[in-house]
Amino acid sequence: MNHAPLAAEFVKDRPRAQWHDATLWFVRAKRDKAAQSLPEWETLRDCAAQIKAHTQYRLADYLEQFEREATKRGAVVHWARDAAEHNKIVLGLLRNRGVTKLVKSKSMLTEECHLNPYLERNGIEVVDTDLGERIVQLAGEPPSHIVLPAIHKKKEDVGAIFHKFLGTDEGATDPNYLAEAARAHLRAKFVAADAGLTGVNFAIAETGGLVVCTNEGNADLGVSLPKLHIASMGIEKLIPRAADLGVFIRLLARSATGQPITAYTSHFHGPRPGGELHIVLVDNGRTSIRANEDFRRSLNCIRCGACMNTCPVYRRSGGHSYETSVPGPIGSILAPAGDPAKFYSLPQACSLCGSCTDVCPVKIDLHHQLLTWRGELGRKGLISWHKRLGMKLGSFMFRHPAVYRTVGTVARKLTPWLPRSLVYNRFNTWGRQRELPEFPAESFRQQFKRRSREQQR
Amino acid sequence: MNSKDRILSDLRAQRLPVAELPSLVQAWTRYEDPSAQFTSLVESVGGRVARLASRGDLPAALAEVPAFVAAQQIVSGVAEIVGNVDLARVDDPHALEMVDFAVFPGEFAVAENGAVWVTDERVSHRAIYFITQHLALVVPVDQMVHNLHEAYARIALGTSSLGVFISGPSKTADIEQSLVIGAHGPRSLTVFLVG
Repeated sequence: MNHAPLAAEFVKDRPRAQWHDATLWFVRAKRDKAAQSLPEWETLRDCAAQIKAHTQYRLADYLEQFEREATKRGAVVHWARDAAEHNKIVLGLLRNRGVTKLVKSKSMLTEECHLNPYLERNGIEVVDTDLGERIVQLAGEPPSHIVLPAIHKKKEDVGAIFHKFLGTDEGATDPNYLAEAARAHLRAKFVAADAGLTGVNFAIAETGGLVVCTNEGNADLGVSLPKLHIASMGIEKLIPRAADLGVFIRLLARSATGQPITAYTSHFHGPRPGGELHIVLVDNGRTSIRANEDFRRSLNCIRCGACMNTCPVYRRSGGHSYETSVPGPIGSILAPAGDPAKFYSLPQACSLCGSCTDVCPVKIDLHHQLLTWRGELGRKGLISWHKRLGMKLGSFMFRHPAVYRTVGTVARKLTPWLPRSLVYNRFNTWGRQRELPEFPAESFRQQFKRRSREQQR
Repeated sequence: MNSKDRILSDLRAQRLPVAELPSLVQAWTRYEDPSAQFTSLVESVGGRVARLASRGDLPAALAEVPAFVAAQQIVSGVAEIVGNVDLARVDDPHALEMVDFAVFPGEFAVAENGAVWVTDERVSHRAIYFITQHLALVVPVDQMVHNLHEAYARIALGTSSLGVFISGPSKTADIEQSLVIGAHGPRSLTVFLVG
């Protein structure tokens, strides 16, 4: 599918699209306030980018160190080259222990691997426990945002979903009432679960530990009641030292929601007494992104979502229009790396405004990478023929001043006389929401010549 | 070749530019009155801070906390408060589902973000911090750091299976960005700054 028609579908409901835009802008504004409250913000961003670059440089060493340290503390480390291997490892761990009920906290990696449907097909009940994720899970949808999974749902929508699945009062929309119902519903799930699975925000090579950040405390409950804790992480989540957390934890919540820190920032080292901790390290295309000098920095991402909240395209088109587990600017870089033919339209959706690059806490040059992707997709022949033809004609025209001048003269004289249907039709996508400006009587060149002559007199 | 060797050999076959780690010794923000900063931050995230002269004042201070007064099941990790559920005698953390109030020591507090550091080192079930309906943490006021860099400098990570910064009660804004206190974990957090 293509981003543009899906986005068009989203903006059809104008009031809702405007509400979505405003809601995310509100989160962006909170982020600004939090960032401005720390004079050392830019120093933190510089440090974070340098730590990530260094970790990338020595990633193999740090992965081995992490495995050594984690094993020393009683965890079991597994390695998966792709999504299928990750899912197989997780299912194997659950099956061997007779687990039939799994509670999960937020993990974008398991979304990327499509773990839930795989486990469900194999007879495991999977319950997403983050409230936003539970809402979209019940609705049968993927998350539309990596930090705010149900940001596209209004409270009326949530009320209807909860009425259907949790038996709340019909028409109820009070967030306190709905969240209380979810609390009771999910408590029962926590208590009944045989295993808990979490994502990982940061993994520390030096200590073999994991850090998981939540506001709800769902990750902690999920891995403190059942005996088995499985943690799934991409290999890029590593940081070298415990002290580096000072930089990243300070940046993460402020960038994500404008909070000074999440309510719970949990550091897990080994299993709890009598329990088991299994860590699955997943590559799934990360190594090949690392090989590419242009896109390597996209692996710095700490999944704060700031680039989505600020993106004028994301805010107005909704997360689902991207059809990827990670939408928005960063998703538009990562997704084509995995499947360029499927996700060719995402880098084209970008307006290159550069706002994402400004807010990124780890200084990923997002809009530059999106522009680079366009060239790459062009070379791969993944750009539509009319766009390629237009680019070729444009390039020829700009390289030949005489042609440029002639085209300019003809366009200026002729266009005002053309019937509207010839100028605004399905080939002119630019003109769908816009009107051409009035054509001037003289070109810039003619004006420049005339004024120079007048000045000489 | 197994997956681990394959991933590592793929990574090692790539040549990346040398990049050094930055120094984390920087002019990080410090506060003139760290406990005032801490208190305002905890309050801004829906928690409460009470200042006590000594730990001996804890029983009287808790008697003012409605959730404590109404609590049926109480777990205490501080000597001054007597609970009626003994954590050490609980075999299975699921038995803690009905706990109404828990009070535990916090190791230190962070002025920058209103967080308190707690671990499961002396706690037989780490679930208690998250499953209790209400939580209180007792922190000596002289155990206050300015920012997270100072915090990580004093933590020995890896000595306990869980270490957690707790900042305010459990919360969610997943329903239309409306803040709701008490998502899955504690519905309230009281921090007693002692000394």
